[in-house]
Amino acid sequence: MPDTPAIELVRLTKCFDSVTACDCIDLDVRRGEILALLGENGSGKTTLTNMLSGIYQPDSGRILLDGKPVSIRSPRDAIRLGIGMIHQHFKLVEVLTARENILLGQSGLVSMKPEDAVRAFQISVDLDKKIYDMSVSEKQAVEILKVLCRGADKLILDEPTAVLTPQEIQALFDTLRQMRREGKAIIIITHKLEEVMEVSDRVTVLRKGVNVGTVNTSETNRFSLTERMVGKQIDLDVKRETLPPGQTLLKVQGLSAHDESGRALIEDINFDLKAGEILGVAGVAGSGQKALCETITGLEKPTSGKVFMQGRQISGLSPREIIRAGVSMAFIPEDRLGMGLVGGMDIPDNLLLKTYRDQKGFFLSRKQARAEAEGMVRRLRIVTPGIHAKIRKLSGGNVQKVLLGREINLNPKVLITAYPVRGLDIGASMTIYDMLNEQKRNGVGILFVGEDLDVLLGLCDRILVLCAGRVSAIVESQFATKALLGMKMTGLTTDKEDDYA
Amino acid sequence: MPKGWALPHIVQRGEVKPALIWAYRALAVAFALAMGGVFLAFLGYSPFNVYGTMLRGALGSAGMQKETLKLTIPLALTALGVLLAFKMRFWNIGAEGQIAAGAIAASYFAYFQSHLPSGLLLSLMAVSGFVAGGLWGLVPAWFKTRFGTNETLFTLMLNYIIFHFITYLREGPWRDPGGGFAATPRFPKQARLPELPFPFVGNLHIGWIVVLVMVIGIFIYLRYTKQGYEITVVGENERTARYAGMPVKRVILRTMFLSAGICGLAGMLQVAGPDRQLTDAVAGGRGFTAVSVVWLARLSPAGVLAVSFLFAALQKGCSMMQTEYRIPASMSDILQGIILFCVLGAEFFLQYRVMFRKKVAA
Repeated sequence: MPDTPAIELVRLTKCFDSVTACDCIDLDVRRGEILALLGENGSGKTTLTNMLSGIYQPDSGRILLDGKPVSIRSPRDAIRLGIGMIHQHFKLVEVLTARENILLGQSGLVSMKPEDAVRAFQISVDLDKKIYDMSVSEKQAVEILKVLCRGADKLILDEPTAVLTPQEIQALFDTLRQMRREGKAIIIITHKLEEVMEVSDRVTVLRKGVNVGTVNTSETNRFSLTERMVGKQIDLDVKRETLPPGQTLLKVQGLSAHDESGRALIEDINFDLKAGEILGVAGVAGSGQKALCETITGLEKPTSGKVFMQGRQISGLSPREIIRAGVSMAFIPEDRLGMGLVGGMDIPDNLLLKTYRDQKGFFLSRKQARAEAEGMVRRLRIVTPGIHAKIRKLSGGNVQKVLLGREINLNPKVLITAYPVRGLDIGASMTIYDMLNEQKRNGVGILFVGEDLDVLLGLCDRILVLCAGRVSAIVESQFATKALLGMKMTGLTTDKEDDYA
Repeated sequence: MPKGWALPHIVQRGEVKPALIWAYRALAVAFALAMGGVFLAFLGYSPFNVYGTMLRGALGSAGMQKETLKLTIPLALTALGVLLAFKMRFWNIGAEGQIAAGAIAASYFAYFQSHLPSGLLLSLMAVSGFVAGGLWGLVPAWFKTRFGTNETLFTLMLNYIIFHFITYLREGPWRDPGGGFAATPRFPKQARLPELPFPFVGNLHIGWIVVLVMVIGIFIYLRYTKQGYEITVVGENERTARYAGMPVKRVILRTMFLSAGICGLAGMLQVAGPDRQLTDAVAGGRGFTAVSVVWLARLSPAGVLAVSFLFAALQKGCSMMQTEYRIPASMSDILQGIILFCVLGAEFFLQYRVMFRKKVAA
């Protein structure tokens, strides 16, 4: 029966406490098809896929695989039934090699040798490399290999492109298309409409746990999808306002930093950041963005070079002194709660993190923080049961709103923000861009470490491109193109470089 | 799937009401006592009689209650100290040694400065006990901040050093010349804690006031002070603390000093109170029991008070059980173990619930 869907969900429902994450969802994926699952944060995409991979059990509803009703009671069941899940957060054992991770605990289940899979799907990964030595895209490749080797013919990828460079994304899509040719059923979760349009055959849009419709990708467009997803039309264009150049706030001179083993993380970085300017930082993941942010903010000591804030040298000062000098960092790391917020504390307590020491005396007053939290929840439309909910219980987008909102509340002169819209839906991303633009109008200098080149080009005044820890270019956004940035990111140079400028 | 199949599965709970938490734990304790009862029945005793005897032994008369309270005081105080460190996720299991350090310092003043007026002498003993305990705790904290050493091992090892030091003092410089066997002398009168009436029980050494003040003090310290806030942040996420400009190392050192200092104070109260001399039994395993107490109390100061009392009653009741039924007092340890197991096991059911899938509406 070729028409039987590989995966069919019938009225699948899952509740957490009082929240209905998935409400009677119907969905089907055929063999040899890529279905994009589109939806805002908290629309139930991850919950849905977790039910398919046996991590959660549905409260009600049915799952049919190849027409047969099944119950997936554990990830092991899911693997046995041919479902392969690539999670947003990789589930790999860091101290083992790629090969060991692929074979781990799978005796009897491995249907394909890792070497064969590498060849068949042209995935470039060193099977004997330890996971902790790997870049994010390599880790993802291992995850994909893992499910392929276990014979999965139904693959689910949860925001697989969030951590990849444009080139890596293309490579991933090629792999996906190759799998489609082999008759695998693929569900890809993504926020990026361009990717939906590019790679998927059909799109299912989820909104607040409800399936609001499935359409053929060829018969739809970005605007119609956005409308479906958020319920109203959203202006997709990121606005850039040109302001007269202000005074130089941050001056970075010959900044270098090494890791413990002496490997250069950043090398000889030079740039100025002016008031009322957004300076974008583009680069392949792991090009030194983290080290750059951490050395400027004093978390790591530079091995050489200097940083000046309004003429005053701040390199060598403690993080706290640098915060006091007006440099503020909203750093959204790859694991959202790793830095910047405390998951086990509520919103007011998290707002206090950088200001509590300015209070006089021995005791801590939370009154102001509570008022601020109330205001922030209203203003930024943070979805939470209340200000006293633990940060950990909030969804990713709301966590980021709290983090950025706090940094802005500090009235910094320089705002360093890294990946502030990672994992956010369009509506929330726009809120963040608006927040940044408002700061820019207020004369704040913003260093925006981003990953989406369209956004960087649209939002930033200038873009600094990092390549392997060095500045490969600083370009005016209005004269730059994606192609140029992409080349600078990968360190490619051509004789006709001027053509792109 | 055949109709009517109910698949049991585990789902995470959201926020749990405090009333439910305590109901689960009461249930867990009851279950633990039932398990202990089965164990006693195996040994050939009637659990009801034995438990009755234990209850009588722990709380049967004013005198018994007083003894139970005497056991509660040092345990509760030690647990409060340990709580501070645990809140910061600093696994201080060296309370035994910190108690001993406090006891040694206090004993020095009792033995060699006894010419001082009693009030001043006791104050000096308390302060020196606190400081000595604190310094002893600062050692592993300093190595942790400087070299990233493992505090669990470090604090544990320091226990043995200090206990051998007590033995040395007892056998050597501080040996009571008049005694027949190696022991330290009794404290002079002015180095003994005064007593104050405790409701319904009669006079009890003033350690009980210290404990009550400490419970309230620690509660306020953790909840409403900047330092308490820092402890929570460092405990929850050290990287975030560093990123926010928090002086993480100083917080670790300061908190560990306070944590160990409180344990040292417990040591001082023990030598100047019930013991009236320095012995190597001054800590008596309390430093370890305190760890269980803190976990069972879920890091709540008031909870520490309640759990300490329960454990003290258990210990006292078991010694009564020993005299009446000749059941080894280690039964107390077994029961404590079973309670700990059951209550911590109940935590699972507080975080997750077992559910059965509803039938699909056709």
